Amino acid sequence: MSELRPESIAALTDAVATASAERLPLEISGAGTKRGMGRPVEATHRLSLSALRGIMLYEPEELVISAHAGTTLIEIEQSLAQKGQQLAFEPPDWARLLGTAPGTQTIGGIVAANLAGPRRLTAGAARDHLLGFQAVSGRGELFKAGGRVVKNVTGFDLSKLLAGSFGTLAVMSEVTLKVLPRPERTATLLLLDQDAATAAGSMAAALGSSNEVSGAAWLPALLAQRVGVGEGAAVTALRFEGLDASVDFRLDALMGLIGGAASRLDGARSDDFWCRVRDAEPFGADPSRDVWRVSVAPLDGARLVAALPEAEAYLDWAGGLVWLALPAAPDGNSARIRQAKGPSGHATLVRAAADVRARVAVFEPEPAPLAALSRRVKASFDPLGILNPGRMVEGV
Amino acid sequence: MKMPTPDAAIVARRREIAAHLRTLLKPESVIDHEDERRVYESDGLTAYRQPPLIAVLPGSTAEVSAVMAYCQQEGIKIVPRGAGTSLSGGALPLADAITLGLGKLNRVIEVDLPNRAVTVQPGVTNLGITRAVEHAGFYYAPDPSSQIACTIGGNIAENSGGVHCLKYGLTTNNVLGLEFVLMNGDVLRIGGKHLDSGGYDLLGVLTGSEGLLGVVTEVTVRVLAKPAHLKAMMIGFPTSESAGDCVARIIAGGIIPAGMEMMDRPAIHAAEAFVRVGYPLDVEALLIVELDGPECEIDAYMARIEAIAGDCGAVSCRVSTTEAERLGFWAGRKAAFPAVGRISPDYLCMDGTIPRRRLSEVLARMEVLSQQYGLRVANVFHAGDGNLHPLILYDANQPGELDRCERFGADILRLCVEVGGVLTGEHGVGVEKRDLMPVMFNEQDLDHQMRLKCAFDPDHLLNPGKVFPQLRRCAELGHLHVHHGELAFPDLPRF
Ligand SMILES: Cc1cc2nc3c(=O)[nH]c(=O)nc-3n(C[C@H](O)[C@H](O)[C@H](O)COP(=O)(O)OP(=O)(O)OC[C@H]3O[C@@H](n4cnc5c(N)ncnc54)[C@H](O)[C@@H]3O)c2cc1C
Repeated sequence: MSELRPESIAALTDAVATASAERLPLEISGAGTKRGMGRPVEATHRLSLSALRGIMLYEPEELVISAHAGTTLIEIEQSLAQKGQQLAFEPPDWARLLGTAPGTQTIGGIVAANLAGPRRLTAGAARDHLLGFQAVSGRGELFKAGGRVVKNVTGFDLSKLLAGSFGTLAVMSEVTLKVLPRPERTATLLLLDQDAATAAGSMAAALGSSNEVSGAAWLPALLAQRVGVGEGAAVTALRFEGLDASVDFRLDALMGLIGGAASRLDGARSDDFWCRVRDAEPFGADPSRDVWRVSVAPLDGARLVAALPEAEAYLDWAGGLVWLALPAAPDGNSARIRQAKGPSGHATLVRAAADVRARVAVFEPEPAPLAALSRRVKASFDPLGILNPGRMVEGV
Repeated sequence: MKMPTPDAAIVARRREIAAHLRTLLKPESVIDHEDERRVYESDGLTAYRQPPLIAVLPGSTAEVSAVMAYCQQEGIKIVPRGAGTSLSGGALPLADAITLGLGKLNRVIEVDLPNRAVTVQPGVTNLGITRAVEHAGFYYAPDPSSQIACTIGGNIAENSGGVHCLKYGLTTNNVLGLEFVLMNGDVLRIGGKHLDSGGYDLLGVLTGSEGLLGVVTEVTVRVLAKPAHLKAMMIGFPTSESAGDCVARIIAGGIIPAGMEMMDRPAIHAAEAFVRVGYPLDVEALLIVELDGPECEIDAYMARIEAIAGDCGAVSCRVSTTEAERLGFWAGRKAAFPAVGRISPDYLCMDGTIPRRRLSEVLARMEVLSQQYGLRVANVFHAGDGNLHPLILYDANQPGELDRCERFGADILRLCVEVGGVLTGEHGVGVEKRDLMPVMFNEQDLDHQMRLKCAFDPDHLLNPGKVFPQLRRCAELGHLHVHHGELAFPDLPRF
């Protein structure tokens, strides 16, 4: 496969326009760290955004940053940290999970995959922070949408559509993101020895209280041990962020509300724990398992865990996100998981062998009228189907 | 403002169409009598009036679907309508279109507190959602000032905001699931009680689509636990520059208040005359900052904000000591529109967003424009997120004054875009800002948006004449302008 690596917006536009004129399918990549996720693309050329990099504008007091799509997350996070700010959606790094190079992923890839970490619960995902973008559609035309201010309803919110479109609608060249202050203090309350169902109740009680929890996860003993917490017990982890006095006050208030055996992680130890939860580290070490990420109503998470006793499983998003690892199966365990999940919620196959990902629906299959609408949306941006064909859905 | 020329053939068929609609809906849900149609002739943008061809009030998703499928088949246009509070003319009827009122779909379907999700029909009011959960200590965060009246369906269509959106996000950040009907009558569901789904984020793109993509028939939103405490502070400044500076420094200092609102002198005076809540009258700008959370946190932040305000030259600062006092601080702000309505026969509410640091410059240039056009303006401002609401005072009974007011408004919005902002922060483009879209977007930008419209509504039957200055046929938009062999690829190897 030959690789195109445009160094300017004009060259990027030319590359896509040429591919469109010659009907050549392109595989779009940033640093390529998420190539192992989603369906494998059948393309003769790879279009890499990695040479289009650099922060174009960062205005801390306006809470906004614009960068070329190929800018690495690390570069962005370092700039933000210098001003005490962060990307509040806590973009995960799944490089270890997917067997690629950690610390190389680009901001374009993060947005295209609509990633989000534990703070999704309160702060939203990449989609909620993308204020605007510039991109080249499959028609080979450069266009923009959104803006550089937080509050904007001018025209359709194409930013939402591009976030999570995995490069199948348009190739983003620039993204503008909302940023937020970093909390001054972080602490995590670990409730020990709860089973998944009890943990779901604790997390619902925490979120139903006024104690502003910004992370709520449950790990069974085995997986807690893999990330170095719990001393042999399962942990229900609740994160508090903010001012010193407020963190202590809320943590104590919640402990009073829920009770039971508990311990506490502060500062860097708390941050480290949530990074591991975010990056699916409990599943990183064993590449032989299929890994799924299932988004459900919060209370359904524990039920799904109970329905899949053979799976290694943990919960994030107060129970609404179920991480599952199962011994590899020819269908990637797809039938088993989708049947256990039932009709609501979305199950995404995050890691499996390429041939498996080519065969089974990686994303939740859509009912016919919705699938037809999604195909029309795809065609409106990429009528010839040259951008990442088959990346999300077979034949689209 | 030019609306698309009505299709005389459709208008001539009013009786026949109404008769057919009565076979699809309960007869009393079809309104074709002239006096009754007039009820729907306008929305919150009262300068424009046009009774609809017919108004229908379906009572179920199935009825919405039946009406839409029939209209698609017959080539009849549809304008969806919630409570009709849109300030951009989004629900303005068309002479040859059916106004589809969602008001009868006003049931709360499910309150699921353990999952913190509430499912309602689109005609439930914004405040109605909070009312359904407040007994248990929950609330729905986006709070437009019109929340008593406006519907959640309208909020979805406009992606509405409110004073608490600074911390809790706009409608789009608080919606979990939708049921909607396409123009062809197909009923689709997206999302649910869970967060992000795979696949294209149609939920995200439907939100803020101003009724152009589909009719929303069911909504699931997330609700939040009420904060432990709320306190507000009211800070007076000698200049709007110093107030703007204070806002920037609060945010740069790492504080995101629950709400941060600014009013200028004319708005302060109008509000105080109306509600008498003790606003200082000797300041040029008033900042209302609300903080929520545990008391220790509120007090710590307030001390910091007071110090920042002092550095910025604040001349007065009051902290609410009781809930009644806090509500008093807000009463003036929340009543700013009607308060201005009392000092002027008519007013036009603008809605641009600007980068906050350009505030004083924008206010100064707006003052110059105000002199030029000979029209007064009062400003209320969602200062935390840079969303300006200049209220231009005019008198529609004076010949030419509405026109002058609109030209003034357009100049303000051009100014917002010029300084790096946008045409509308929360009220939508509608008909009001439609013709200004090219100020922000070039033809290619707009074509990509319109092609999305074509994926949902290929015949442009749903709410036409809104948002886009010029509707191009979908077939034409679909054309690929590929000039084979004429493209230049100087720095790229040929494939
Ligand atoms: C005094 C006053 C204060 C206001 N304050 C604020 C504020 O603080 N923040 C803010 O954001 N807005 C504010 N608004 C504007 C307005 O209230 C919002 O835009 C609101 O969301 C409109 O809701 P509605 O039910 O009245 O919708 P309508 O005005 O009836 O319709 C608005 C748009 O939505 C479409 N629509 C309505 N229902 C549906 C549906 N079910 N499916 C598809 N499309 C639909 C219509 O076609 C139209 O385009 C204010 C308005 C007034 C009059």
